[in-house]
Amino acid sequence: MATGAQHHILSVLVENKFGVLSRVAGLFSRRGYNIFSLAVSPTEDERLSRMTIVVDAESAPLEQVTKQLNKVIPVIKITELTPDDAVERELMLATVKAGAETRSQVTELAAIFEAKIVDVGYEAMTLLVAGTPDKLDAITDLLDPFGIVESQRTGRIALPKLARERTKLRAVKDRGA
Amino acid sequence: MKLTGAQALIKSLEMEGTEVMFGLPGGAILPVYDPLIDSSIRHILVRHEQGAGHMAEGFAHATGRPGVAMVTSGPGATNIVTALCDAYMDSIPIVVITGQVPYGVIGSDAFQECDTVGITMPVTKHNWLVTDPQDIPRYVQEAFHVATTGRPGPVVVDVPKDISNQMMDWYWPDAVDLPGYKPNVKGHPKQIKDAARLWGEAHRPVIYAGGGILKARASAALKELAEATGTPVVTTLMARGSFPDDHPQCLGMPGMHGNYTAVTSMQKSDLLIALGSRFDDRVTGKVDAFAPGAKVIHVDIDPAELGKVRRPDVPIVGDCRLVIEELIKAVRADRQKRDWPDLTAWWTQLREWQERYPLHYEQPEDGPLKPQYCIDMLRDNSPEDTIVVSGVGQHQMWSSQRWKFNHPNTWINSGGLGTMGFAVPASIGAKVGKPDRMVWAIDGDGCFQMTAQELVTASAERIPVKVGILNNAYLGMVRQWQELFYEERYSEVYLSPDLPDYAKWAEAMGCVGFKVETPEDVIPTIEKANEIDDRPVVVDFQIDYREKVYPMVPAGGSNDDIILDPAHDKSVGR
Repeated sequence: MATGAQHHILSVLVENKFGVLSRVAGLFSRRGYNIFSLAVSPTEDERLSRMTIVVDAESAPLEQVTKQLNKVIPVIKITELTPDDAVERELMLATVKAGAETRSQVTELAAIFEAKIVDVGYEAMTLLVAGTPDKLDAITDLLDPFGIVESQRTGRIALPKLARERTKLRAVKDRGA
Repeated sequence: MKLTGAQALIKSLEMEGTEVMFGLPGGAILPVYDPLIDSSIRHILVRHEQGAGHMAEGFAHATGRPGVAMVTSGPGATNIVTALCDAYMDSIPIVVITGQVPYGVIGSDAFQECDTVGITMPVTKHNWLVTDPQDIPRYVQEAFHVATTGRPGPVVVDVPKDISNQMMDWYWPDAVDLPGYKPNVKGHPKQIKDAARLWGEAHRPVIYAGGGILKARASAALKELAEATGTPVVTTLMARGSFPDDHPQCLGMPGMHGNYTAVTSMQKSDLLIALGSRFDDRVTGKVDAFAPGAKVIHVDIDPAELGKVRRPDVPIVGDCRLVIEELIKAVRADRQKRDWPDLTAWWTQLREWQERYPLHYEQPEDGPLKPQYCIDMLRDNSPEDTIVVSGVGQHQMWSSQRWKFNHPNTWINSGGLGTMGFAVPASIGAKVGKPDRMVWAIDGDGCFQMTAQELVTASAERIPVKVGILNNAYLGMVRQWQELFYEERYSEVYLSPDLPDYAKWAEAMGCVGFKVETPEDVIPTIEKANEIDDRPVVVDFQIDYREKVYPMVPAGGSNDDIILDPAHDKSVGR
């Protein structure tokens, strides 16, 4: 699950219409790109949705994808966020084996990572963790020895860091033809 | 004013200036065919939906206006997918209306249901599924706008049957509002200046003109630019006619079956000025070995083309005509400031190649009949502005090589997708769009059999196209590859010279049919064919099956390894 340096985060503003996800996702699959994670939701303006797409790609071919993506009519704006210039968060639910013997250890780990315990059973408990992808990777590693029964991550969402001194936010300017 | 969705659809098409549409009705599109009876739009009833799509393409190619086709749901829609993909690859503006099952039953595997929007998504510039009859005028307006602006292309509007029957309040939008679609047409002034500066340092420049010149109606501008700089021009398969073949600066077609001079000029050039061309693999050959010493100026309206195959030194996003017009000014300004390199040595080299390696064939007096001879005689005995339409294969390459295209939009073919069967329906569409011009489809026997039934449409609608079949009884281009690259192991390429009997088949479809077997019959038959103007004509030219297309750059090979006709010059073939 580790997210290496080759990942690119595209923040794609689209019209909130049916079929748009299919148009965007189709473009990636047609050119042989694997979408690492994807999060979609309406924005503050309900006519628009924001897709946060994490792609595993070298930067040169990624340029071709963003250019093609710009040609999709309902795509309004694409911003490539580099990890240094973005605030990224992700949410994870993880059900971990936690019987009487290990329950306190799991609870302790949860406390360290500011995870919430959202469900408890006789032999397992479910944690909710929010944070950077690195943080989720770390708690996953530490929970692993106890036995992760099931886990689900949302895929990251990201927004550009706010300008204090200067921002390196790079908008992909080319408009579709 | 209250209208049904169907009436609104037809009225919207009229508002967009549609004069002709090509189509075939069926269940889901029935409501739309009813108001068509009262419309000013001429409808041409095809015999297969693929034909409707290619006719719309031919119409668009010949006129520069969008072609319109209408078909029903399910098989009607899937049958037109080939034409949509063809138009997508060659950037042809067509608007296709498809019927759909009623909105409420979409997704239930209803009779003649298919996911038209899903199927056509990868082969259209955009598509729309109508879910409310009130949206119809807006969607139709958007569809025409998207199809014809920016990089042109095909669009689909999918209309469920119940939506066609529902009532709506008629309106016509003032303007298109698509926030995510704003094509950049004007080139960046700094980039244009940089281009002129780079050009002013080149000793062996070549203008690499592509289909974008025709789409942008930039032929006159291209001529002015070429003359202002003295630069040679190659015209790709999609750009034949965009720069006159009889112009002294025209080198003709580059690429896999381009002439030696056009291919080699690009290989040896130090600057390629790519105008509306896209570095297609059929032009570049092996990309790493393509024009290794050349810097590149690349002008295209589609930003995604810049750097897709070859990274340009000066990328310019914009409409070819507008950019070229600015480039002319920039070039003239640059030339006033300093002397540009003398191109005499370059031209001497080019002329030497042209003289040494011309296109070549020999027509023996007593036969067998050579395809090149048939094309030359068609060319020399038809009006100069004849529109030539071809299918895909050997006949296409011979036609492109041998015809002299001196006017824009006189050459129509399927370049990107390579759709066999394109010629007959596309020629019908071209003739509908340009009824005063002579239209010759030069077809292969394999191609002809794929869409020949549209000649019934042509006869019924009195569209007098002419079809010359270069009949070598083979899937000729495949045969050529098997001969050259598969040790003459001919696998499934033999058709037959006389099954079907093409002349009889033509007669059965209401055309005049001729068969030509000897060289002396060629000219008299062409003369007879050219005199007929009240019905389609089909001429079956029985040609030498051994004739191959040369020169040839093997697929994936370097353009330096161009193979010339061995009968012509054994000394070359590095």
